[in-house]
Amino acid sequence: MSALLSLRDVWVEYGDRIVIEKLDLDIAAQAFVSIVGPSGAGKSSFLRLILGQEAPTRGTVLLDGIPLVPECGPDRGVVFQRYSVFPHLSVLRNTMFGLECPKAPLSGRLFGSARRAARDEAVAMLEAVGLGDSLDLYPAQMSGGMQQRLAIAQALVQRPRILLLDEPFGALDPGIRADMHALITRLWRDYSLTIIMVTHDIREAFSLGTRVLTLDKRRHDPHAPHRYGATVVYDLPLRNRTDEADCESDSITIDDIGNN
Amino acid sequence: MRWVNRQVRRSDRLLLGSLPILLLVVVYLVMAASRHAANPADKILPLPGTMAQSMSALMFEPDKLSGQLVFWADTLASLERLGIGLGISTLMALMVGLALGILPPVRATFGPLVTGIAVIPPIALLPILFIALGLGETAKIALIVVGIAPVMIRDIAAHVEALPREQIIKAQTLGASSWQVMIRVALPQAMPRLLHAMRLALGPAWVFLISAEAIASDVGLGYRIFLVRRYLSMDVILPYVAWIALLAIIMDFTLTYLSRRLFPWAHGAGH
Repeated sequence: MSALLSLRDVWVEYGDRIVIEKLDLDIAAQAFVSIVGPSGAGKSSFLRLILGQEAPTRGTVLLDGIPLVPECGPDRGVVFQRYSVFPHLSVLRNTMFGLECPKAPLSGRLFGSARRAARDEAVAMLEAVGLGDSLDLYPAQMSGGMQQRLAIAQALVQRPRILLLDEPFGALDPGIRADMHALITRLWRDYSLTIIMVTHDIREAFSLGTRVLTLDKRRHDPHAPHRYGATVVYDLPLRNRTDEADCESDSITIDDIGNN
Repeated sequence: MRWVNRQVRRSDRLLLGSLPILLLVVVYLVMAASRHAANPADKILPLPGTMAQSMSALMFEPDKLSGQLVFWADTLASLERLGIGLGISTLMALMVGLALGILPPVRATFGPLVTGIAVIPPIALLPILFIALGLGETAKIALIVVGIAPVMIRDIAAHVEALPREQIIKAQTLGASSWQVMIRVALPQAMPRLLHAMRLALGPAWVFLISAEAIASDVGLGYRIFLVRRYLSMDVILPYVAWIALLAIIMDFTLTYLSRRLFPWAHGAGH
């Protein structure tokens, strides 16, 4: 199993508060890793670590065997729960953003044939996420589900090595969420993505992921709860879902028991 | 029906809005008429006829000394000062505010300086400006800039700083450099705020303009008002004040219209 992303003895500390301790992890290419855990167990810190938004206090994070610089880069795409899209750009321009930036360092905009090529690529991506008819809408005119579709298209058009999802469907209502689950599963399979998803929804974690990681504290000192950090307490490999063709028909349904 | 739920139709809004203004005009006319009944030569509350007479002299008859149409020369001079002052301030607000808001090292270096300048009462700097820049146009424009630019800069910087962190991160994961985050993410989102800041700065800008003109000038709306005060010429002062109010309202409306027209995404979902 070739590891795309490796964490070696990673610690994250803020002052004397330890958030993540002694985290060793390998994530294979084309895995769909769900991360669950109680609030305050370092899920967000873990995501920020991989995103490059912050550096580990100790230890190393390796992408393709190369240590990550603590800065966000185009090799790791991200979709947040909110505020992932630019409100001042239309759907099409939002998606073209990632294609324009690397090629036009000074103006940040493309012109002529390069612009048309970027436009076609963006339109193809938007059609893949089901926004082919909404190219000229602004984010404020769209529902939460459409905005998340846009955020996913925006990230994927960049062809990132890893796609990070930070509770991407947490703010959506159950019907829309089911559609989004089907979409992300399809995109993950079609584009051979590697996805790391942080979620609060255990059912979602198990139905989408090929591997579920639970972050929590192994030890707890009641007198100094901040002195022990979280690490991976459960690492559950699930069935390899790439072999199953019709997976979303049975497993990804609206939760009718109402326990999520 | 509760008053908080009472919506007013467009035609009714116009009517209701003009009521207090009409009332004020009527009160003024009654008071002026009663004063004129007691003393036909009263100068404190001039009648509309007198105002129209003195204003038409200023508007249509060339001044004997300078050969200019005084009213229009005043308006042009004042608008020029105001426009240049506001323009320079807006440009500064955009460039400095953007850099302060998005680049932490720049904020750490220049933030305290901008705050320091912003808390100085601009009128207190007027003598310095007159000494350093002379009594010409430069000092008057400089007063406007010193008066409104720091507030506008801080407003834009605060707005840019308050952009969701997620957006800045997202832009970087899409391959944007600092420069690209500035011009593609922060700048467009600062523009509606900039027009808003201009609207709010218009009031203080007029104050500083009139102050500077009152102290040292030979043409301008503020200069004229303070000049004719010596003769108790309320028949000139009142129309001038009304004219200034009208100009200010037109500018405010234009800026609002521009903002809605150019940045529809910033004005709600209903565009």
